[in-house]
Amino acid sequence: MTAPTAHTVEQRVLHGVGVGRRGIVGPVAQVQPAPHVPADAPLLVDGVPADAQTTRKVVDRAFTDVADGLRDQSSRATGTVKDVLAATAQMADDKALRSQVLAKIAAGEPVVAAVDGVVQMFATMFEQAGGYLAERVTDLRSVRDRVVARALGLPAPGVPELHRPSVVVARDLAPADTAALDLANVLAIVTELGGPTGHTAIIAGQLGLPCVVRVGGATALADGTEVAVDAAAGTVTTDPDAAQRADLDRRAGVEQALTADTAPGGTADGRPVQLLANIGTAEDAERVAVGAVEGVGLFRTEVLFLERATAPDEEDQAAVYARTLKALGGRKVVVRTLDAGADKPLAFATQPDEENPALGVRGYRLVRTHPELLETQLAALGRAQSQAEATPWVMAPMIATAAEARAFAARARAHGIAKVGVMIEVPAAALRAGEILAEVDFVSLGTNDLAQYAMATDRLRGELADLLDPWQPAVLDLVDATARAGVQAHKPVGVCGESASDPVLALVLVGLGVTSLSMSAGAVPAVRYALRHHTAAQCHTMAAAALAAESAVAARQAVVDLLVPDVRETLGV
Amino acid sequence: MVQRTVVVASRVGLHARPAMLFTQAVAASGVPVTIARPGGDPVDAGSILFVMSLGVPHGEEVTLAADGEGADAALDELVALLATDLDAEDAPASPGGAS
Repeated sequence: MTAPTAHTVEQRVLHGVGVGRRGIVGPVAQVQPAPHVPADAPLLVDGVPADAQTTRKVVDRAFTDVADGLRDQSSRATGTVKDVLAATAQMADDKALRSQVLAKIAAGEPVVAAVDGVVQMFATMFEQAGGYLAERVTDLRSVRDRVVARALGLPAPGVPELHRPSVVVARDLAPADTAALDLANVLAIVTELGGPTGHTAIIAGQLGLPCVVRVGGATALADGTEVAVDAAAGTVTTDPDAAQRADLDRRAGVEQALTADTAPGGTADGRPVQLLANIGTAEDAERVAVGAVEGVGLFRTEVLFLERATAPDEEDQAAVYARTLKALGGRKVVVRTLDAGADKPLAFATQPDEENPALGVRGYRLVRTHPELLETQLAALGRAQSQAEATPWVMAPMIATAAEARAFAARARAHGIAKVGVMIEVPAAALRAGEILAEVDFVSLGTNDLAQYAMATDRLRGELADLLDPWQPAVLDLVDATARAGVQAHKPVGVCGESASDPVLALVLVGLGVTSLSMSAGAVPAVRYALRHHTAAQCHTMAAAALAAESAVAARQAVVDLLVPDVRETLGV
Repeated sequence: MVQRTVVVASRVGLHARPAMLFTQAVAASGVPVTIARPGGDPVDAGSILFVMSLGVPHGEEVTLAADGEGADAALDELVALLATDLDAEDAPASPGGAS
């Protein structure tokens, strides 16, 4: 980070949707989009179009340079990123790709047309093969973009190699782009597209990185420009002044202070509220286990199944579950069974041609078409339970009726699992939570999907984010109905949607009667802090105020007005 | 022309890591080799893009062919490689995605 200097540059403030509350100052590193060059763009050497022989040499060299560059990046990476980069390097090095491109150039085709023609031939073959290969077309196209850029002397596309801590700015980040990020040098992520519950936002939340999405004009920022990224305010400010830097520094100090409290979560008057982490892999479990969390409130097992041609077998799954249970060493672990479908399609389970996948065969409903998936998963969990000598909780996603809850509980108990619950994310289930709780030991509210279904708003439509707001009083009504049923049945009601990570909303959830909150591990300290400074009665008053409001904005404002002033100041709300 | 037919043993088929190891071995042999699915056109076995685009699943036969000096030895080695589960030591890495 450079020291603030006197300058006359005019500040610009770009607005977007913040993810979390963190802020930081750093230099912009733009993710380069693919070069848009006409198919017949000439290859210039010293400003004049090169002859055929020189062109062939330059293109030949471009393939070599791109392959070397990727291999070099791969050698310095680890894990999945290393493998992805190595495989992409081998594509760039492919002799058939190169020789066919060079043959076309020798025959007089322009460079871009030659590369595009050969890449398209392979892409078509990959797409026809389908499945795993069809997904590799993205890698093939990224090789194309890199070679074209290199040959024509344009900036290399994709995530730049970061040589210093930087704010990564992109139009949008594909999962592969995110995987290629050198996290040690990423200060924050800013995108022009995407929504607050999209892939980038969730990854940023898990990593505790400040993130602002839907920032218009972000890709026009020059590389190296100093910007202040403020997720709490949802802003990106160029050339921040000393006061803005001091404010972000102060908040970073607060963040550190928040992390100092590691006692179990609870209200000021001692009502316990379990604070849990959301995870996707056994590695995540090992990472969160060292922190001050009381366990895992949501283990998203679909990560095990993604990008595979066939489902992992019982033994493979049991090993992952046992490793997770061992990592948490006896703390609570809630495993959610496979939640495939809609925005998380799986090659071996997704229905082709569903016109409305969010309302189709997804989550628990897969039991209708692929009952073996659930059976294998429950058997693996039963096996992991004896291997790890720990007792997992298990829950099914997308339950709509008490009959479904009963059927799921019977299957899970048959595999020796003692604590069985279901997700409440379908409004029908929230309205009939009492009947559902009669069948199971606990429920967990998935507020992202609950809001999507209650508000009839696609989670992936960033421009409808206001409707998807978990502060919408109608969504809070459904939480209220579920929490009341839990209190009456004396059974735990958790929340494992992103709403649990908002410290202000967390107070409302507790006031409604929610007994545990599960979130990205990075969000726990602020939630713990907010709870610690309010009594159960204060939380209840806030919940009543939110329910009485006529809009999401009014609900949040009513609760903010009731916050203890110190907390308002510290959290910057 | 020397030919060999072998059943692909890798669990994921001739994709990903197995395809990478196979094409690297072809390149290292220094002999031009082709690979074909039953009844299909032979393609350059040294090209990962061609080999992957065949989309050979686990348990299917492929035919390798080569000409000239060293062809026999090279094919013996490549057949042995394809008859091994190249994906056995470490399964395909799981992505870090979530939602």
